[in-house]
Formats: sequence, structure tokens, C-alpha cells
Amino acid sequence: MLDHILSILIFFPALAAVFGFMIQKESMRVYGVAVAAIEFALSLWLWYAFDDNVSGMQFMEHLPLVPSFGINYTLGVDGISLFIIILSAFFTLLGIGSLTDTKKVKYMIITLLFLQMTMAGVFAALDAIVFYTFWELSLVPMLYIIGAWGGPLRIYASIKFFLYTFAGSLVMLVGMLFMAYFYYQATGVWSFALLDWYRLILPESFQLWLFVAFFIGFAIKVPMFPFHTWLPYAHGQAPTIGSVILAAILLKMGTYAFVRFSLPLFPDASAFFMIPIAILAVIMVIYTAMVAYAQKDMKQVVAYSSISHMGIIILGTFALNVEGISGSIFLMLGHGVVAGALFLLVGVIYDRRHTKMMSEFGGLAHVMPRYATIFGIMMMASVGLPLTINFVGEFLSLLGFYQQSHILTLLAGTGIIVGAIYMLAAYKKAFFGEVTNEKNKNLPDINKKELFGLIPLVIVAIWLGIYPKPVLDPINNSVKSIVQLMHNKSTTELAKKRIPNLVKPKVVVIDKTIIEEVH
Amino acid sequence: MLAPINISMESLNVMTLAPMLIPVIGALLILVIDVFKGGLHKSLYVTLSLLFLAMDFFSLLDASGVFAKNGTVLGMFDVMLIDGLALLAQFIIVIASMLFIPLALTHKRFHEFSYPEFFALFLFMISGFQFMVATDNIILVFVGLETSSLALYTLIAMHNRDKSFEAAVKYFTMGALAAGLFSFGAMIFYALTGSVEINKIALVLAANGYADIGYVLVGIAFMLAAFAFKLSLIPFHTWAPDVYEGSSAPMAGYMSIVPKIAAFVVAMRFFEFLVHSDIVWLKIVLYAFVVITMTVSNMWALVQTDVKRMLAYSSISHAGFVMGAILIGTTQANSALFLYWVLFAFTNLGAFSMLWISRQKNLPAYQMSDHSYDKFAGMIKTAPVAALIMGLFMLSLAGVPPFALFWGKLYLISSAVTSGYTVLAFIMALNSAIAGYYYLKLVVYMFMKEPVMGNDGNMYGANATLALKTIIGIAAIGTIFAFVAINPLLEFITAFVYNSGY
Repeated sequence: MLDHILSILIFFPALAAVFGFMIQKESMRVYGVAVAAIEFALSLWLWYAFDDNVSGMQFMEHLPLVPSFGINYTLGVDGISLFIIILSAFFTLLGIGSLTDTKKVKYMIITLLFLQMTMAGVFAALDAIVFYTFWELSLVPMLYIIGAWGGPLRIYASIKFFLYTFAGSLVMLVGMLFMAYFYYQATGVWSFALLDWYRLILPESFQLWLFVAFFIGFAIKVPMFPFHTWLPYAHGQAPTIGSVILAAILLKMGTYAFVRFSLPLFPDASAFFMIPIAILAVIMVIYTAMVAYAQKDMKQVVAYSSISHMGIIILGTFALNVEGISGSIFLMLGHGVVAGALFLLVGVIYDRRHTKMMSEFGGLAHVMPRYATIFGIMMMASVGLPLTINFVGEFLSLLGFYQQSHILTLLAGTGIIVGAIYMLAAYKKAFFGEVTNEKNKNLPDINKKELFGLIPLVIVAIWLGIYPKPVLDPINNSVKSIVQLMHNKSTTELAKKRIPNLVKPKVVVIDKTIIEEVH
Repeated sequence: MLAPINISMESLNVMTLAPMLIPVIGALLILVIDVFKGGLHKSLYVTLSLLFLAMDFFSLLDASGVFAKNGTVLGMFDVMLIDGLALLAQFIIVIASMLFIPLALTHKRFHEFSYPEFFALFLFMISGFQFMVATDNIILVFVGLETSSLALYTLIAMHNRDKSFEAAVKYFTMGALAAGLFSFGAMIFYALTGSVEINKIALVLAANGYADIGYVLVGIAFMLAAFAFKLSLIPFHTWAPDVYEGSSAPMAGYMSIVPKIAAFVVAMRFFEFLVHSDIVWLKIVLYAFVVITMTVSNMWALVQTDVKRMLAYSSISHAGFVMGAILIGTTQANSALFLYWVLFAFTNLGAFSMLWISRQKNLPAYQMSDHSYDKFAGMIKTAPVAALIMGLFMLSLAGVPPFALFWGKLYLISSAVTSGYTVLAFIMALNSAIAGYYYLKLVVYMFMKEPVMGNDGNMYGANATLALKTIIGIAAIGTIFAFVAINPLLEFITAFVYNSGY
């Protein structure tokens, strides 16, 4: 069974979703939780069976799909994708488990299970076309979640979300076709297999163009400044569960794809574009942090802070060294946990008051102490307090980029300070002071169902903040091999300089006495 | 006294005619039956047509076996040319027809299907298309074109609505103009080369090094205009939306597939050697046709309020997209054209059939036209299965993987990439993104809006019968599981196209 565990992880939820149509409406919730729990257990089993010491791909599966055109159904995980897969299963479980009263709850759960299929598929795919397939398919359930359960502007928001990403990924598709064509020219065989592409060394001029094509697809997904305009709409209109999955997993597809495709395929171009992209990332960090400060809607604060943190992830990724990339991958997980939790928390208050305006609140700490505590912990984690999950990732990312550019790292650091300002300000407005609004006087504190979603996230946020080693080690291992691959593949001076060589030249010291003894 | 002409039957190779003669015989049989006993139920004619199409299909299988073994076969004084292109196109024509004809078995009674002539004309039309693709003699192309077109005009008019007469007349006038242009073009090429066979024209032109390039260009201009009419390339597309709107939904779907593949094959035979002989002007004009057709029809499709008209504009856009293959002109591009069209046939016929099963006889007050978007609002609540299937076809048309049309787009864009048409590849990709919007618009109506007052969902299946549902089921399964069939299909198509020398 372990031979096919990735396929099972991908298609089990889809199959369960199809069967879900037969389940009676009242029993659907239990069914959804059960399926998501099995999926999560499977993903944990994957972790258990995963060999930490292997840096390459594990649990590979291979099935020819269109062999004459080089398209194969190839799957595999390494330290980079393993934890994002686990995280997606985790969030599907939490999301379904803490799902509040929703109309058409049956369709919602079926959609979420389909979404889980596409998420697992994106992170496990090792063939560009299979990757692209799941990447595009993930848009459809999200479109439906935003469009059918969202706020008043939901249709505009959902279409904007779909079209932005769809347009970007079509450009990326052309890039993939070029890549396959170059591979065909070099070897005489069509192949879309990522591991085959890794072996291909392209001239720098080709790399630059292809990098841009892939970049457009990924940057829209992340979303990087200036392609980020769809995200506030999507978050603003999406139901809580939609925002949670979007922030926690779907955005990670973009950053993950940078690590999986852009860096190892185009090391020279990555080094070439390092500074421009870092500048974009710094703008993203500072600008969206300032925008977040100006928001009146609590959810928008979280949405913009989410974009701001994605900027640090990008910065870490384009540090092009082990610390930076490992840190950015760890931050993806951390950001997933924290942003997901914050969106869940905003959802809690929205369910009670049907508003997210901060001016409506104040003094919630008196009325809902447990809620205020959890929110406080998560807010601290979001700000990057030491001993929380985000600190590890942010620190490593910035440390990595510090080796490339001091100034940009400093600027990004100020972004984090602004982050502390807006988060604390928002917290103060909503939770401290007197209860001024009559409607808030008798709000019930957080209930069991909501705790089911939040407590595990709090545990993870603190656990991995204190002891990140079990997760960081496998990530580090795989990142090392990617960085080494990039160094070996790079051809330009600039890239050789920016991408460190991890293999230390062996210094052979021969002891004279030993030689004499031999004689 | 003239000596009697002595020709052995062997050299005539009559078997090359078999696939075309079978539908002709079927049509005659239907007419004969009507002479002896009129007023028979349409199910008889549908079944007879299906049987003859099945026989046609088997004779094609036979012919493709011969082709796979011996290569191209000539027959009937070398007028018939049974090569890979001819066979592939005929397969598409016959399979699409077999999917189309059971759609006549509707729940509600529609005028045209009660006439046996409808089915006879239908079979004559198919044989016309088959003649058109199975020759490189321009005269026979012309004869096939006219046979099929005249039959098609009548089939449209038989729908018997005001709009369908308008559509038929419009189509007829435009078709007549196109036929005129075609014959002018053919005349010029005959005058230049003394031959009506495309391969000889190519040889003669190549031999004298395109000495009369001016006349060649005039001939190309006529031919281009004729094909542009047939393929509804912008600016020769104006008839298409009105004709689609006026004809019944399955007929519109049929028209977006079968006549076009026939025209594509002839265009491929005709333009391929010209594209390869570096006539820059032709390349530029074709390039412009492709880009403008794709882009502008997409823009128009965005603003339509009726789903059928939207699908009409989208079909124009798809035709422009595929025309790109003729511009590119490599084996991969030509294979991509056939692959695309097979997948398009399934998806588009499915989409139009979904419109057909929801066809009402009388429009309720809230509905502006037969298939306005409002009609589909909130369909997921009242008819979830139908909404899911329609959504599936829309996503496939938009090119969302892993549904059928994605693979066609993938291979076609790849062929643009491989032959250096980088900009074209990006334009194709971006057009798919624009097209995404109007396909999504229907999905949005179906899944995210509330049903209009008074719509209880009964009408979505009002016209459905088992036969219609079967066809839709076949189309849906073909659309979802296309990825399994891509590899064998691609190998088959590539072998056939390659062995025909394209």
C-alpha cells in the first residue's frame, strides 16, 4: 500500500466526495469529518514512513499517460512537499470539523473534499502537466466556495480569482511547453517529467524568458505585488472556510512552485532576477503592512497581513541559499497555521455578530476571555514572537537573505515591525477597553466545535516554535540537494557567486609519519 | 470512328467509393420507403440512418486498414484520393453524425423530424462531405461542397421557425458567394497550371518557381475568402451567429463541427504547399485571420445574452484557434488539428445537446430568448445532475485540465512552440483565458445564482428522452475520460497524418 500511498492520498478524498452525493444531509458532517480524518491519518502515516535521511524523492509512482508526448503520471514527495501535504490534510480536517452552520452543507463538504484532492495532487506531482492539471482544477472548487457561499460581491470576487489565476497559469503552460520542447531538442525525447528537466542545463538567455513565463503564473498565485489585487476581494467575500484554505494552502502553491520549478530549472535566471524580485517582495511586505494598518475590517487586516508575510517567504526563497529556502518553506507551514487560525478566529466573531468591522467591537476580552486568549496567541505568532512557529521561518528567511543584501533585509525587517503595529492596534481596538457596544455584552464565548478547529493549531504553533527540528531537518535535507543542484547547474559568474556550493573541496592532509611507517 | 475506351475495372478501384456510396444508398432507401408507405414514425428513419452510418464507419475501418498497409490509394481515374487526412476527416464526420442523428428522438414533437426527406437529405449531405475530403481534385471538392451545403440549407430551413428561414436564406446567400469565390480561385489556378488537382498545381507552380506570383496571389485571395466563409473566419463570419441561432440546437452544434472539419481538410490540402513555399503574404494574412478570429469573436462572445449565441461565437473562436494549425503547417500541427477537432466534437455536441434537452415550445414570460442565461440561473438547485454535466462541458471548452479540450489546446499550442510561433502561442494561451470568462458566466448562473421566479426546473429535462440522455452521457464520459484515450488517439492520428505527407 505504501507504494501507492500518494495516489491514495490524492484520490481517496475525490472518491469519497463522489460517494458523498449518496449520503443523507444530516449525516454529511460526520461523513466529512471521518473522511478527512482518514486522509489526515494517511498523511501522518506518510510522514511516519518517510525516511528523513533521504534528500531525494520518495514513494515515487509512475504510470504512462500520453507516453508519445512525454506526459506521465509521476508522483513523489521529498522533505519540501511532505509537510505541505500534511498541512493540507490537516486543514481539510479542521475546516470540515469546525464548519459552522452553512446552507447546503452537503455540497460544501463535497467541494472541500474535491479541493483536498487537487491540493494533494499539486504538491505530489512530479510531472509538469499533472502538476498543471491539479493546479487548474484547484480553481474550480474554490470558485464554487467563494461564489456560492460568499458575501454580497461574491460573484465578482470569485470570477476575478478564477480569471487572474487562469490567465497567469496559461502563460506558465506555454513556458512548460517550451521547456518540454527544449528537452526534446536536447535529447530527442518528449518529456514533461520534472526530474528529467532538472538535468537540463539551459543557456542563460532561454532561462530568462522561461523564468518570466513561469514567474507570471506563480506570482499571481502567491500573490506578489502588483498582482495581488484579486486576493483582498477573494478573502473579503469568501466564507470563513474558503479564506482559511485559500490562505493556508492555496497560496502556498505559488511559493512551493517557485522552489520546485523556478529555482532548480533556472538557476542563472533566479540569480539574475534575485534583486528585482527581492525588491518586489520588500515592497509587498511594507506596502501591504501599511495597507493592513489602514483597514477597518478585521478580515481585511488578516488578509493584507497574509500577503505581507508571503513577501517574507518570497524573500527567503530568493535568498538562494539553504537557510533562506529552508526558512521560507518552514514559514509556508507557519504562515499556513497562523493565517488559517486567524481567519478561523475572525469567522468566530463574524458568526456571532455578522460584521467584521473593528469599530463594532471593543472590550471583547471581558466578554469572551478564551477567544481573546487564543486570538492573542495567534496574533503573537503572526507578529513573529520568538518561540512561536513564525519566528523560526521569518528568522531563517531573513538570515538567508542577509547574506545577499543587507539593506533589503533591513527594510523587510521594518515591515515586520509595522506588522507588529497593525496587529497590536487591531487587537487593542477589538479586545481591550470597555465594552461599548450593547450588542457585544452577551456574546457567548468560543464553543466546542470552534475549539476543535483552534486548539490543534495553537498546539502546533507553539510546538513547532519551540522544537522545529522534526520538521526542519527533512526540509533542510531536501533543500540542500536543491541548492547543490542549482550550484552545479548554474553557468554564469553571478549565479555561481550567489548560490553557495555545499560540497566542501576535500583537503587531503597526509601525515608524514604514516607514510614513513608504511615504508 | 473512335476506338472504344478500354479501362479495366481493377484500375478504377471502385472500393474507394464505398464509404461515400453507403449513405447515398441509405438516403435513396429512405426515399423509396416513403414512396411505398408514408407517415412512418421518425424512430424508423433514425435507426436506418444510424445503421447506414455504422456501415459507413465499418467501410472506413476497412479502408484505414488498407491505408495502414499500403499507403495512399487512388481510384476512379485518380480522382478519389484515400489518404490519412481523408480517412481521419471521414471518421470525424461519421462519428459526429452518429452522435447527432439520435438527437432527433426528442420528447416534444418538432416539425422537421416527421419528414423522411430530412433524413435522406442528411445522408446525402454526409456523402457530400465525404467526397469533399477524399479527393484533391478541385472540381470534386466543389461538387461535394455544393451537395452538402444545399442539403444543409434545407435542413436548417426545415426547423420551420421565422428565424430558421432567415438563417437558411442567410446561409444560402453567403454560401453561394463563397462557392462563387471558390470557383474563381479554382479557375485562376487552372489557368496558371492547367490542372485541377492540387498536387499537380503544386508541382507546376514549384517547377516554374512561382513565376506568375501576382496571379497566384489573386487566386489565393479568392480561395482564402471562400474558405473563410466556410470556416466563419472574421470578417467573413457574419452569417454564423444568426444561422446558429436560427437552427435547432443540435443542428447548430453539428454545423460547428462537421462542415468545418471538411473545410479544414480541403484548406490543409490547398494551403499547406503554399505555406511551405514561403509566400510571405499568405503567411501574414493567415496569421492575421487566426489572431483576429480568435480574439474578436471572444470579445463578442463576452457580451452575448443568449447561451446559444455565446456558443456560436465560441465556435468561431475555436475555428480561428484551429486555423492556427494550418498556418503552422507541421506534422505536429496538422495532427493537433485532428486531435482538437475530435475532442471538440464530443464537448461541443454535448453542450449543444444540453441546450436541446431543455428546449421549450413556448417561452415563459421571464425568458427573453430560447436559451437566455436567466433560464439557467440556479440550475444546481433544481436539476443538479444536468447542471454538473453542463458545467463540465463549459470547463472543457474553457480548456481546464484534465477535460477533453485541454489536451487539444495543449498539443496545438505545443506545435506553435515547436515551430517558432512563440507570439502566436502566447496569443492562443491568452485567448483561452479570455474565453474562460464567458464559459464561467454560464457556470456562475447555474451554480451561484438563485432560480428565477416560476422556474421549477422541469424544463431542463422537458425535451429529454433516453436517446438524448445516452448521447449526452457518451459526450460527458468522453469529455471526462479523454486523458485515457489521448495516447492511442494521438499515435493513430500522427501516423495517418504523417503517412499522407502532411
